[in-house]
Amino acid sequence: MGIKVIYEKCNLCKKCIEKCPFGAIEIKENKIEINEKCTICGLCIKTCPENALIREEKKEKEFVLDEYKGIWFFAETRNGEIASVSFEMLNAAKKLKKKLNQEICGIVFGKNIKEKAYQLIKKGAEKVYVIEDNVFCNFTEETYSKALAYLIKKYKPNILIAAATMVGRSFIPSVAVKVKTGLTADCTDVDIDEKTGLLIQTRPTFGGNLMAKIICEKHRPQMATIRPKIFQPANNENKDGEIIEEKIDFEIEDKVEICGREKVENIVDLQEAEIIVSGGRGLKEGKNFEIIKELADLLGGAVGASRAAVDSGWIGYPHQVGQTGKTVKPKLYIACGISGAIQHLAGMQTSDYIIAINKDPDAPIFKVANLGIVGDIFEVIPILIKKLKEIRR
Amino acid sequence: MKIIVCIKQVPEGLDVKVDPETKRIVRDGVKSIINPYDLYAIEEGIRLKERFGGETWVISMGPPQAESAIREAIAMGIDYGVLLSDKKFAGSDTLATSYTLSLGIKKIGNFDIIICGRETLDGSTGQVGPGIAEHLGIPYITYVSKIIDIKEKQIECKRLMEDHYEIIKANLPVLITVVKEINEPRIPSLKNMLRAKKIEIPVWNAEHFKDDESMFGQDGSPTRVIDVWTQTIKKEGRKIEGEPEKLVDEIINELKKLGVI
Repeated sequence: MGIKVIYEKCNLCKKCIEKCPFGAIEIKENKIEINEKCTICGLCIKTCPENALIREEKKEKEFVLDEYKGIWFFAETRNGEIASVSFEMLNAAKKLKKKLNQEICGIVFGKNIKEKAYQLIKKGAEKVYVIEDNVFCNFTEETYSKALAYLIKKYKPNILIAAATMVGRSFIPSVAVKVKTGLTADCTDVDIDEKTGLLIQTRPTFGGNLMAKIICEKHRPQMATIRPKIFQPANNENKDGEIIEEKIDFEIEDKVEICGREKVENIVDLQEAEIIVSGGRGLKEGKNFEIIKELADLLGGAVGASRAAVDSGWIGYPHQVGQTGKTVKPKLYIACGISGAIQHLAGMQTSDYIIAINKDPDAPIFKVANLGIVGDIFEVIPILIKKLKEIRR
Repeated sequence: MKIIVCIKQVPEGLDVKVDPETKRIVRDGVKSIINPYDLYAIEEGIRLKERFGGETWVISMGPPQAESAIREAIAMGIDYGVLLSDKKFAGSDTLATSYTLSLGIKKIGNFDIIICGRETLDGSTGQVGPGIAEHLGIPYITYVSKIIDIKEKQIECKRLMEDHYEIIKANLPVLITVVKEINEPRIPSLKNMLRAKKIEIPVWNAEHFKDDESMFGQDGSPTRVIDVWTQTIKKEGRKIEGEPEKLVDEIINELKKLGVI
């Protein structure tokens, strides 16, 4: 921020010079000039009869923007290990580095996690900031966001990406508010604009029917969460890097306390699953979900469900795929007895390969299916299970 | 106990068209509804009042017509409503939206629990709830699937994570975002519908907040949309009919090609 002189309006009346308490205005080469003594108090602006002085906000900000360097990714942990999705984030960072030659830094929070952080170095991170603390044994928004905001303020990264998992989606918004910058949720692509060097963030809205490109010009870091399974996990590079241990030397009040955990019955993380077999209204009864579970087991996949099946109480909500459930992108999605309401399609249509089994040849699910099977699931699936078992043997 | 529920009015359905010239979303004649996730937030607010007593509020930011969403919430059983509406709020991203809502919540004042849906149908960022909590400087818990108890200024709830549930306690005041598993939203009663029709909904604009206006709307939004386009996912798919045995063979062939078996 600073005071700017509009020379076309200035008639050199010198009233501002008289009024300035800091002696910050002088005439040089027949022109008003503001020197370094200026405190931007704004008295001159009010004094000037010609309105030739204005407050200019952009200059300093642009200067500050240049101070922000580095491509950061937050490396989530799960059960004391670096989560596989974190290697996807590293790979996204590596993509960005090709066009924006800045250091790739990982951020890891946890307990006894330092040794694990070397995995990130091995796969291409140049630096990893690690904070080891007992508070990170459990995830809470408060501790994670405070720690990450602390590191951002200290080291000023240009870009920060994190996985759009429940953890990332829960605490990253709070970090963005703490450091007063923009955040784009659930990106399906990130890239660097070669002209401006800005982070181009692509994300779906309206359940994937509308795509948007988003930028964050005047605030840093440029922050985005990225959906799992969009980027491949990073490969080994066997490069050297540095682990930097940080300490939290500020008080965490921790107003939130985790008192227990409950496993969800036979759920594999749907967003991490490579194969998902989903059941819908066509199953008619809860007990018929058994054939879906059996098929999923045979294929080594996870069990998904449509909203109709969940609302009927046939299976728990954590299994729900679609607009009000989870968005998934497995290698193979098998939809059984699912008609394909747009809300369901929104959650699975970007799967790599879709097989749909439905007896209604006009079911909308067939529009997104690579292989559409017009048939009765109660006939097709048992035969499929039988044949898969035979192949196994 | 004072409970404030944040809601958003969204267009019904997910079909959208973009004007190729103006890049604006064309949604003529599309009905507006309360964001479906927010219905669970409204319901939980009403249930908390029924369990623990107190009063319930609903707050929304949007164009003047968003008032009808507030009336719908009152028809479900919420006590009071307020709308934040001003041209200056237009073009807000999640940072500016959460900031503006936090000002409205502060103005309502003395709150114990703020409830939001887990995300909206249109934007689906899930960022506004956490943003509000951060602006207010209060703890928050996302993806809550059950409120177990509230006592001695502490809430105990169950939250859904990727592959497990967690039991969490947090001090009040607190903000929670809820998932659909938490309840089943009720249908408005005739009595409440009549009340909703008559009740006055105050509209607060930028001037009500005497705040730095550069924090509102487009000026207060660090992110900017530079391009939008519609996407239709078309698969080069094939659809086959016939005897179940034959259909299964097709599936098996495909699974082999994919390397699954």
